Amino acid sequence: MAVEPGAFDLAFIWAMLIAFAVLAYVVLDGFDLGIGMLFPLLQSDVQRDTAMNTVAPVWDGNETWLVLGGGGLLAVFPLSYAIIMPALYAPVIVMLLGLLFRGVAFEYRWRTQRWRPMWDWSFTIGSLAAALSQGIILGTMLQGIEVENRQYAGGWWDWLTPFSLACGVGVVVGFSLLGATWIVMKTEGALQERARRLAWFTGFGTLGMIGVVSLWTPFLDPIFMQRWFAYPAIIYVAPVPLLVLAAAWSLAVGLRSDRDWQPFLSALALFILCFIGLGISFYPYIVPPTVTIWDAAAPDSSLMFLLVGAAVLIPLILLYTAYAYWVFRGKVREGEGYH
Amino acid sequence: MDTTLAIDLARLQFAFTVSFHIIFPAFTIGLASYLAVLEGMWLLTGRQVFIDTFRYWVKIFAISFAMGVVSGIVMSYQFGTNWSVFSDKTGPILGPLMGYEVLSAFFLEAGFLGVMLFGMERVGKRLHFFATLMVAFGTFFSAFWILSVNSWMQTPAGYAINEVGQFVPDDWFEIIFNPSFPYRLVHMVLAAYLTTALVVGGVGAWHLLRNKNNDSARLMFSMAMWMAAVVAPLQIVAGDLHGLNTFEHQPAKVAAMEGHFETQRGAPLILFGLPDMAAETTKYAIEIPKLGSYILTHEWDGLVRGLKDWPPDERPNAEIVFWSFRIMVGIGFLMLGLGAWSLWLRWRGRLYDSRAAQWASVWMAPSGFVAVLAGWVTTEVGRQPYTVYGLLRTADSASPIATPAIATSLVAFVVVYFILFGAGTFYLLRLMAHEPEPGESGMPEDAPVRSAGVTPGPAMGSAHRGKADTGQTGP
Repeated sequence: MAVEPGAFDLAFIWAMLIAFAVLAYVVLDGFDLGIGMLFPLLQSDVQRDTAMNTVAPVWDGNETWLVLGGGGLLAVFPLSYAIIMPALYAPVIVMLLGLLFRGVAFEYRWRTQRWRPMWDWSFTIGSLAAALSQGIILGTMLQGIEVENRQYAGGWWDWLTPFSLACGVGVVVGFSLLGATWIVMKTEGALQERARRLAWFTGFGTLGMIGVVSLWTPFLDPIFMQRWFAYPAIIYVAPVPLLVLAAAWSLAVGLRSDRDWQPFLSALALFILCFIGLGISFYPYIVPPTVTIWDAAAPDSSLMFLLVGAAVLIPLILLYTAYAYWVFRGKVREGEGYH
Repeated sequence: MDTTLAIDLARLQFAFTVSFHIIFPAFTIGLASYLAVLEGMWLLTGRQVFIDTFRYWVKIFAISFAMGVVSGIVMSYQFGTNWSVFSDKTGPILGPLMGYEVLSAFFLEAGFLGVMLFGMERVGKRLHFFATLMVAFGTFFSAFWILSVNSWMQTPAGYAINEVGQFVPDDWFEIIFNPSFPYRLVHMVLAAYLTTALVVGGVGAWHLLRNKNNDSARLMFSMAMWMAAVVAPLQIVAGDLHGLNTFEHQPAKVAAMEGHFETQRGAPLILFGLPDMAAETTKYAIEIPKLGSYILTHEWDGLVRGLKDWPPDERPNAEIVFWSFRIMVGIGFLMLGLGAWSLWLRWRGRLYDSRAAQWASVWMAPSGFVAVLAGWVTTEVGRQPYTVYGLLRTADSASPIATPAIATSLVAFVVVYFILFGAGTFYLLRLMAHEPEPGESGMPEDAPVRSAGVTPGPAMGSAHRGKADTGQTGP
């Protein structure tokens, strides 16, 4: 299925843009899914109110990156979209249902006293289901998807393996770390102290899971082994694990200091590094181990048509998203609800 | 046998999830514009009643919008999970259109929604109004792109087919502005405005029945009745033009809508009857001679094709479409009647006094949703048995998913949607049942703790921002 890339490689540009959208989703929705999962571990309703209020004005925009990831994939790599979604039928559906439960909780829990605990659980379990599914989706793609005749050719339980589950747990713990460090940055007092403790636990958990998945991946496919351990590739990729250690160090130092922003930024750095590591494993495949970005790409006229819009609109989106975060900057205090 | 069942289940799942979804955009497209008008009037006149009414509806908007967002995410993935062959084949054309929807509409709505809901105090009136406008524009852009997508599936244009069988773009202008798109866009946007107007009018009427002097309720009722009076007739004209466009491009759909099985000159207009696909006739038809031909061709003896002109496996199901079409049209004329009634009452100076008109408005509050759903059933079932009209069959569009997997997901969607959207509807109705009051509490701007003076000095402006900026740790 090898198709040679052209001189002006639109497929490559789009692969980078989709990767950017997915990364934006992971770091942005990551922390608000994390807050959902940590919800029952907070100590009072007041803490939960405050924690939710730190993300209430922005969660909607965060989730839009997921729609861009899906819609973008359909637009520019339709073949990969058509293979990945059926291959991951169950995890994708569970993710969507999870997002439903947590999304409505943002509005519903303020509308009732009696049923509030139920919507709190809806928020937590929905977030957990979404994060776990996203990790499983990642793991399934890493372990490879069976393709025949432009279609998914495997069974409907193929996604369920120890490796994909490990990835699922990794994402759950990692998003929880993002959530905890976000709360450290955005709040103060008892809630912040609680989040700091949770950040220690989830921080160690995240590093552990990064280790497990990183060491496991090369054994899935010799091609991963070559990319990471063969000479001279190892020289180019070695900085990634070293930088992971540096980010972990910065996280620990940040949690001990009063620089409240440092743990969150360090956790973000961890995620970005992992993402780069995944990129090294994946490229140039979009559905490992058979379909490359050039196999899956739509015709140049489709890629170009959307690229023109993306070139104008994505900078605008980043601008007004940054503005929205700027409007709601600073600490959110207990009892200082938006609702 | 098994694949037919799998496809029917997948169709059922798509129909179920998209029907739930369309309810919310149909409402929020109109409501976003209404909110923008209310806030604009408030800035212009400074009258309290406008901002009170704005605050009343913005809470309802927040819940509806959240339900629209989460049910919309489901849609954006379901093309892939259940209709993967369709996605592979049409992705190069429909994907970029949906990409533009995300980039130009979803981000705009979501980006400014936070400011609109929670930010009045932080950004001031003018920027807040700007945010409201951006949300309203976002809802409109979203309608623009997704209706272009749907219209292309109905009346494909500007495409070529490549060596692997994908539809590929040939002329983007022809793709976006395909033959049915302008009609569908106008028809749907007007439908959204009418739907919202009837909800707003119904809520206003409900409170007028209890308290004739409630300013907010009077404003809602009056504005809504203006909308019904002006937009309902426009919508009937737009619907008629849309129908003529369908007659030109999808005559089989029109034959099913009209219950015509025989091709004939001087075809009657069948008012009611029972279409029977197996017997190939519409039983017990009550008809007006020649009027069908006159409406569709503007000639008393114009030629109108019947379903028998197409082989049985290319016919849309008239048993469904015939009735869904009549429900939509019937409600449209009821709306026209309500609008005309309100004009007469207004002229006689009795708009706020007629309890009968108010009860009629209350009863008609949900009618827009019914009409929207009936309209979509008409156009979508009428497109069958194709996903891309005349080119790609529904049966050839589905994913290779095992039947039990689809059955499970369908049941899960049904259960979850009834729980979540049932609860949401309950909360919405409770908000609507609450009487609008002067100094209506909004979502953010007058949250009690904040305006009660956590911050010394003016609640709005630099002192408040200063506090948000300090970011000191610990109490």
